[in-house]
This record gives sequence, C-alpha cells and structure tokens, in this order.
Amino acid sequence: MLKTQNFRWWIWLMYGGLTLYAIVTFIPFLWALSASFKPLSEISASGTNFIPQEFTLENYRQIFLQEPLFGRWLLNSAIVAVFVTLFNLLFNSMAGYALARIRFPGSSLLFFLILAVLVVPAQITLLPRFLILRSLGWLNSYQGLIVPTMVNATFIFMMRQFFINFPKELEEAAQLDGLNRFETFFQIVLPLAKPALAAQTIFIFMSSWNEFLLPLVVMSNPEMFTLPIGLNAFKGQYVTFWNYIMAASMVFTLPALVIYAFFNRYFIQGVTFTGGKS
Amino acid sequence: MTPAIVILGAFLVLPIICAIVLAFYRVQLLGEVDFRFAGLRNFIRIQDDERVWIALQNTIQYVLIVVPCQTILALLLALLLNAKIRGRSWFRVAFFLPTVTSSAVLTLIFMWIYNSNGLLNNFLSFLGLPTYNWLGDPEVALKGIMLMNIWATAPLFMVIYLAALQDIPESLYEAASIDGATTWEKFWCITLPFLKPVTFFVITIGIIGTFQLFDQSYIFSNGSGGPDNSTLTIVLLIYQYAFNRLDMGYALALTLILALTIMIATLIQRYFFKEESLD
Repeated sequence: MLKTQNFRWWIWLMYGGLTLYAIVTFIPFLWALSASFKPLSEISASGTNFIPQEFTLENYRQIFLQEPLFGRWLLNSAIVAVFVTLFNLLFNSMAGYALARIRFPGSSLLFFLILAVLVVPAQITLLPRFLILRSLGWLNSYQGLIVPTMVNATFIFMMRQFFINFPKELEEAAQLDGLNRFETFFQIVLPLAKPALAAQTIFIFMSSWNEFLLPLVVMSNPEMFTLPIGLNAFKGQYVTFWNYIMAASMVFTLPALVIYAFFNRYFIQGVTFTGGKS
Repeated sequence: MTPAIVILGAFLVLPIICAIVLAFYRVQLLGEVDFRFAGLRNFIRIQDDERVWIALQNTIQYVLIVVPCQTILALLLALLLNAKIRGRSWFRVAFFLPTVTSSAVLTLIFMWIYNSNGLLNNFLSFLGLPTYNWLGDPEVALKGIMLMNIWATAPLFMVIYLAALQDIPESLYEAASIDGATTWEKFWCITLPFLKPVTFFVITIGIIGTFQLFDQSYIFSNGSGGPDNSTLTIVLLIYQYAFNRLDMGYALALTLILALTIMIATLIQRYFFKEESLD
C-alpha cells in the first residue's frame, strides 16, 4: 500500500517500530520464563538479569511433586477443554449444516433466534446458569462446565455460512450413490470442511482452556478446579513465591502455545471468520 | 440440530428469561432456594448503593480509555504489517502471543512485573523516571490493568484490520497515484473510508468486551476490587453480591443494568458512526 521504495527512512522507521513492539511483547514472557528457572533468592534480589545465574528445575519439581492438586487441575482443564471442543465441533457443524441445507418448519425463525442470541452479552446468562446447574445438582462436576458450553451460536453461524457456499452437486452425487443424509454429512461434507473445523478447534479449545469466570462460579471444591482457578488459589497460598507461580504459569501456557503453533494459520482465519467479514 | 436447540434453549435462552424475571425477586440461596417477589425493590436499592456508582465509574473510565487506545494501536500495527516488508508473518505470530495466553497467566505475570521492586519499576528508575506502587496505589491500579489489556487485545483486532486491508482493491490506489495523490491523501480518502465497517465492528466488540472486565480485577485484587475499590468493576461487583453475599436477586438486577449500559453504549457508538458517514 505504501510505496516505500522512495523513502528509505520510512522502511527503517517501520522495522524499528515493529521490532520495538515485538520486544515489548516478548519481555513479559521471557521474564516469566526465566523466573521459572530461578531460585527464589535470585528473584527476590532486585536486578534485571534475563538469564538465570543459578539455573534450577526445582520450581517445576515442587509444583508437580509437592503440590498434590496441581496435576489434578491440569487434568481437569484438559478433560473439560477436550470434551468441550469435540462436542462443539460435532454440534455446531450439524446445526450449521441443517440451517444451510434442510428446510424444516421454523428453520428461518430459528436462524434469527441464533442471530439474536449472538448480541446478548454473555454475563447475563452467568447467574441463571448457576441456578440451573445448581438445581440439576451439577455444581462441582465436569458436566457442569462442559454441557452449557458445548454449543456455540457464533460457530453455528460460521458453519452455516461455510456450508451455504459449499457446492451442492457433491452432495447430490453422494445421494445418487445411495448415501443417506447422515452418511453424506459425515463422509462427504465434514471432511471437506477441515479448514473451518480447524479454526473452530483452536478457538474453542483456547477459550475453554483459558476460561476463568465460569469455573470460578461452578467449581467450589479445590479438587475440581481448572488450572486458571487453581493458579489463582496458588497465588493466594504462595503470595511471595513468584518462582512457583511463574513455573505453574509456564506449564499452563505451554499447551495453548503448542496448539497455537500447530494451527496458527487457521486461528487467524478464525478471527477474521468470526470477525467483521461474515 | 436438536442438541443445539436443547443446549441453546436450556443454557442461553432460558437463562436470559430467568435473569429478567428473577431481577424482580428476592432470592434466598442458603439451604433451600427461596424466591419472594420484590417488585422494583432491587432496582431502588441500586440508587443508594455507593459501590455500584464506583464500579460503574471505574468501568466506564476503563472503556473510554481502553477501546480507543486498542483500536488505534491495532490499526497502526495492521497498517505497518500490511506494507510489503520482509518478516511480516514472523511479526504477526510474535504479536499474537499475548492473545493466546490466558488472562490468569497474563495477570499473574504483570502483577509480578508491577511489583514494587519488579521489572517495571527497575526499568523506570533506570531511565530516571518516578516509580509507582502499581498494585497498592488506588490512583494507578486500574491504569496498570488498562495498560496490560490494551497490549493484550490489540493484536486480535489487528488481524481483523489486516484482513480488511487486504480486501481493498489495489486498482483504487493505482488510480489515485495517477491522479497524483500523496500517500497521506490515499490513506485519508481510500483506506479509512474502506475500513469504516470494520472499525464499527472492532469498537462494538471492544465496548462489549471491556464492559465485562472481570478476570484481571479479580486476580489483581484477590476478589475485593481493591485497593480502595479502585479496580472494582460491574461484573466483579455482581460476582461479589451473588457469591459472597448470596444476594442473587440484587445481583441479577445489576446484571440487567450492565446489559442495558452495554446496549446504550453500542447505540451511541452507532449514532456517531452514522453522523460521520454523512460527510
């Protein structure tokens, strides 16, 4: 867009700005990562060395071996995030496909209802959700976290948009070959929707993995905490032990980073998909 | 389709109805749940509740500062990254790091950096600038959260801007170049008008998101909204009433006020955008 060839200084300014911003972005993470390998004495002494003088794995050993609940929190987070992601993939795609392809009584009304639901701020539903889960006896349970979030109106909408642009001929050909609706959907349509599914996977997994408010409300039993809640409880317990807190933070961040690195391309697609261009 | 209808019905539509109805009740949560019709009493109580006004003030201040800053920063980054420079995708991945990190981890890292003898103060004193008690001083505690969130959210909007920038037809710029337009004129007359719908979207999402600030204040202040109520936000206040004082009906009334505030804010925003597009 900018014709920069004539302006050498422009290029330098741009690179300078971008690099500076990248440094600013990285510093907190590098600082936290280096602290997770430092003994507490080195952390408490004020100083700004990013490379630990006395490299130690003790912090990680402490949180995994001495902290009986840490592994459990990690497991809880993984269980919830994985199931929420799988259910969302299945249900959102099915609903999106139904809205895009199948005419049934009330289908357009339903579509408008989903659009309407999109504009309601999520916090409104928090307290009533709590009351409903309470009366179901689902507080402090995995289903209490999984079931309310296993469908997502935003992604139903996104899948509908995807399937509407999908070539109908393929499905018709499959039906001529004697496949029924379900077989067509699972064997023909879904495999071709991989990019959309990948974007959905990363988005839903991230938001479930990082969710703070819902587990805070639903889980009161420390054994059922997910990592974000556990981490916060951890902070209260070890308020001056920043070495443990930083090690725990790094363990928490790693799975999200791996998934992000793996699906990076689709994530950005997902942002723009759920974003302004629908 | 059926599972989606059931779930959306049970955990989205039903709660919305619940929220509206129960806001007019006194809900007793201890032991057996007990509902008593309270009419407008919950709403009348809001008027005399000093903490509601503090929370509202904090939240609105937060929205008014964070939304413009993160939008402008996102646009700036997108413009820089849209230029044909080397290492573009590398920068894009780098900038995105805070966006994929959980708010809990970010808040913990920043709490530690803001620590009275933490990294930020070390850096400030190195430059000869005054240091702050970022966590303990009511004057700056909320600003610390603002700084962190602008930095963490801008890349998300940057991606949306980038996608929009790529949709602008190159031919428009070529035509403008032939007419002798400067880079600056091209930006004003082509790029910005084209980005208007995206900007509208980014600001709307920004407003909705910032009004719902909770995780960061909760972790920063251990759930109290301190120091001296300076990080108390509306959602945090709702949480406190609902789960510390078990006053569900009142908390729901506050929730409705929050929803109303968000809706009004987005409407005002839309109005301004309409005005602007007239000239």
